[in-house]
Amino acid sequence: MISLAGRDILHSWSKFVLTGIGLGLLIGVTLTMAGVYRGMVDDAKALLNNSGADLWVVQQDTQGPYAESSSIHDDVYRSLLSLSGVARAANVTYLTMQVRLDNTDVRAMVVGFEPGQPGEPGYLIAGRHITRNHYEAVADVKTGFRLGDSIRIRRHDYRVVGLTKRMVSSGGDPMVFIPLKDAQEAQFLKDNDAILNERARTAANPTLNRPGVPGLLEAIQASQNANRNVNALLVQVSPGSQPETVANEVRRWKHLQAFTRLQMEEILVAKLIATSARQIAMFLVILAVVSAAIVAFIIYTMTLGKIREIAVLKLIGTRNRTIAGMILQQALGLGLIGFLVGKVSATVWAPFFPKYVLLEPGDAARGFVVVMLICALASTLAIRAALRVDPATAIGG
Amino acid sequence: MKLNGILSRKFGLLAFAVLLLVGFGFVVARSGPLAPTKVTVTRVETGSLSSSLFGIGTVEARRSYFIGPTAAGRVKAVHVDVGEQVKAGQLLAEIDPVDLDERLHSLEASYGRASSAVLAADAQRKDVLARQTIAGLNAKRYRDLGDKHFVSPSAVESKQQELTSAQAAVDASEANLQSARQEVVRLKADHDALRQQRNNLRLVAPVDGVLTSRDAEAGSTVIAGQSVLKLIEPSSLWVKVRLDQGRSRGLAEGQAASIALRSNPGMPLTGKVVRIEPVSDSVTEERITLITFDQIPSGLSIGEMAEVTVQTAANQSGLTLPNAAIKQTPEGSGVWKLRDGKPAFVAIKLGTSTLDGLVQVLEGLGAGDEIIVHSERELSEGGRVKVVEQLAGQRQ
Repeated sequence: MISLAGRDILHSWSKFVLTGIGLGLLIGVTLTMAGVYRGMVDDAKALLNNSGADLWVVQQDTQGPYAESSSIHDDVYRSLLSLSGVARAANVTYLTMQVRLDNTDVRAMVVGFEPGQPGEPGYLIAGRHITRNHYEAVADVKTGFRLGDSIRIRRHDYRVVGLTKRMVSSGGDPMVFIPLKDAQEAQFLKDNDAILNERARTAANPTLNRPGVPGLLEAIQASQNANRNVNALLVQVSPGSQPETVANEVRRWKHLQAFTRLQMEEILVAKLIATSARQIAMFLVILAVVSAAIVAFIIYTMTLGKIREIAVLKLIGTRNRTIAGMILQQALGLGLIGFLVGKVSATVWAPFFPKYVLLEPGDAARGFVVVMLICALASTLAIRAALRVDPATAIGG
Repeated sequence: MKLNGILSRKFGLLAFAVLLLVGFGFVVARSGPLAPTKVTVTRVETGSLSSSLFGIGTVEARRSYFIGPTAAGRVKAVHVDVGEQVKAGQLLAEIDPVDLDERLHSLEASYGRASSAVLAADAQRKDVLARQTIAGLNAKRYRDLGDKHFVSPSAVESKQQELTSAQAAVDASEANLQSARQEVVRLKADHDALRQQRNNLRLVAPVDGVLTSRDAEAGSTVIAGQSVLKLIEPSSLWVKVRLDQGRSRGLAEGQAASIALRSNPGMPLTGKVVRIEPVSDSVTEERITLITFDQIPSGLSIGEMAEVTVQTAANQSGLTLPNAAIKQTPEGSGVWKLRDGKPAFVAIKLGTSTLDGLVQVLEGLGAGDEIIVHSERELSEGGRVKVVEQLAGQRQ
């Protein structure tokens, strides 16, 4: 038996293939948009994965350190380590800022961490971990920094000794890891002008600069420029302990807020990126609807373009089922080409996006089913039109 | 012709389908969960490690002097300025003596008067001595005459009484003279004390040094102990370095150090550890170490930041691996070892580490074991990996 659909496609294959490719690019855009949404959520999760923590301990009544600002003293970790169930606890600071390299600057999240503790980048793609406790940095490869580069954060130069990958903030900014003490300084130390200004203000205050108390002014000024705060504590619980139990202990006895992994994910995904994610999701829905409409119209117009041939077929007594099968097969073929082209093109251009685009195989599978479904549905429209054709039109009636 | 056309169309379509499928297959294999993780590997080798410590510190003076008065007063004059070289004993500043000079003059006058009193007492003593001699002769003569009954016994007794009186007068004048002399000594001591106090208001340099600060000007009032001037010994400059407690293992006095000053980081200076403070900073968790320069550079400023690298041990041999390979877990450190082309996590024990990123392995690995150094994502036990030369390179 001759495949009517195959014959028809062969008859005008360039038109069919080009339509398929065009449709494919449209599907590619839709898949990419889904990837952008997934990437956004994944960025938030990457942040949690990278910190390697089971618990985040932050200032009481805050939802820090990512969603709100939080500030706690850097010796709190000692009292946490004494709690049962806590295996490791480490200080960490986060500060989003512009990091300078020569004359350009890159938006990055500067992470202050303690080497060998939670918060350290989990894997490197080049170079080594930090060995000096000052002025060395590990950067995410997305920053564009290379090994040996000298980058500037506030007043100090840091040497890039290692590169890592997929270490991003919830906003997708690449991370730069520096030793904790440097990060505390970068976060809390003001610029020179501000320091001088502050000193002059203190000196002008008669209650702080009393003539009969030598050394008082110096002591006050020294204490103004010291800061022993961090943004959060990353805690790993010992094997066999429940993070929720430890978190309750921390909340109850240490008067700090503690979040488990699930709660943190909830904060990040449901609160921090909620609006922008919904924005993308809304766009994705519209794009999917538009794509479906375009697919339906293409198949419909393609069928309408062949109305005379279909009339001839009817005239020579072809069964309706055969005609319907031909149209359905063509629609599904078009959908298949479109999906393959779309998937390939999305994968090809995804790495060029400035932010992470995550193409999930599950999304691709769902996309495939939806494309096929839409094509089948769209073909019913065309089939109805084809079946209603009067065979007389074939003779020019 | 027609058949050919159909055939070539069939071919074209087939070629397009194959191309599309190959492309799709490539995409599926190269990205997503089926794709292997790219890694770089290295072999554990026996090598030598030279461990060292890195810390930052500031240039400080080992001996600095705060020069100020011992009692409250008003600054009369400051003779030197910041940056001046001074010699030991040089007058640096003076405190207003107020009435001290006048009191000194008054004491000097009293002293003169007391000296005169001594002379007067001495003269008086001579006078009474002369009287006593005469009284003695008279008494003797009357005793002799009395024995021979030429004079009445009452006359003898009267002369004897005169002698006793003269004796008493001598004793009194002796005491007077003694007292006058003691008064002189007292006034002399008072005078000396006041002069000492007067000298104490002159602030002099205790050692040869350089002025670093001039904290009070003429006319300002300072309290006891407040510094007017600060002085340092430039030959005693050293670097106070803070080293992370967690990495300070192996630190010892006498170890060689390299000092990079912030003003000239490209030209590191040599020095050595002279003191490790027995008390470390419990808040910042740092050990405080003092490093002297082998040769103090000219133009060194106090308070300048310096990066110090201390050589703690040289050429220890052992199994080494790059620290990028090490993964920290709650159970301890470990590495991903390549076993039959699949990663397997192995717990290891670590020894010393070097600043260039090499770590000594004590347990868990043998020489020649292949371990994963870099990976483009988190590895999992038995996951698919693809070994590549490098994942990201240096800037060209």
